[in-house]
Amino acid sequence: MSNTNIEQALTLAGMVVVTYGIRLSFLVFGHRVAFPDWLERALRYVPAAVLTALIAPMALAPQGAMDVSLHNAYLPGTIAAVAVALWTRQTLAAILGGFIVYGLWRWLVV
Amino acid sequence: MLVGAAPFGVIFGTLAIGSGLPVWLTLGLSALVFAGSSQFVAVSLIGSGTALPVIWLTTLVVNLRHALYSATLLPYARELPARWRWSLAFWLTDETFAVVENQLRHHASLKDGAHYWLGSSLAMYLNWQVWTIVGVLLGQSVPVLATLGLDFAMVATFSAIVALQLRERPVLFAALVAGGVALLARGMPFKLGLMLAAIAGVATGVLVELWSEQVPKPVRQGGEP
Repeated sequence: MSNTNIEQALTLAGMVVVTYGIRLSFLVFGHRVAFPDWLERALRYVPAAVLTALIAPMALAPQGAMDVSLHNAYLPGTIAAVAVALWTRQTLAAILGGFIVYGLWRWLVV
Repeated sequence: MLVGAAPFGVIFGTLAIGSGLPVWLTLGLSALVFAGSSQFVAVSLIGSGTALPVIWLTTLVVNLRHALYSATLLPYARELPARWRWSLAFWLTDETFAVVENQLRHHASLKDGAHYWLGSSLAMYLNWQVWTIVGVLLGQSVPVLATLGLDFAMVATFSAIVALQLRERPVLFAALVAGGVALLARGMPFKLGLMLAAIAGVATGVLVELWSEQVPKPVRQGGEP
């Protein structure tokens, strides 16, 4: 196995241990505990916060520097995806809509 | 819910292959980790060559909510044999939790409940594997997807997932703050910016939620429409 392969296998193994460990925590090792209220609230916002944190730099600074201009096709594409998602409540439609606007923009404007 | 998971499974498989992940790793993530959001996040981090500890830590943060599910379902599982609890824990996801918790709270004796729980888990699991494989095949047979702008596919997917939750005001503010912080801190090493942004976003969500509970509902005057 090459280094990359080993590293990828380790990545996977670590993710399995972490995720399965969390799921096992109470079901197998735990006793009934009440989570503090603030923690219970906080955990609900984690996925939205992490996903947005991942994409904001990609969409607003695709080359590393802030780019809020007509040359950045990510912006209209992302706006379209969000708009279609809010309108149709369909993930797939939103992704396709975003892609169409992104593709057209790169073809016509940039 | 099985239908709802389908596009995500397909997109996950396609994105992973397009990002250069080998097939075994893509299928391995779905088969062994089996946690949608963290799989997507991992594809993005692995694709950009992020260090291992950062990927593990991010996985921990993203999946920490499963501990809450694990604790909530414990009363229904306490009497089950150990091998049942080890298996049911492996398949615990957002979707399974939502379905099973509702079912167990309202109906079902413990024995029926456990079978219902196992059945939902297996259905959800097989469904996710099948759609991941479809995505992998799609990613392999349409390499043009990659050249079309794979980064954008990631952005479009994530923004669609988040957009569906934006009607809740705390989520909206959490997302805005997390995005802003991530943008400002994008130059920090080891993806520290990502962690900072996540913490700032989550804190904002909690604060907005607490704050909006304190605001008294406006009293409507009699004659107004």
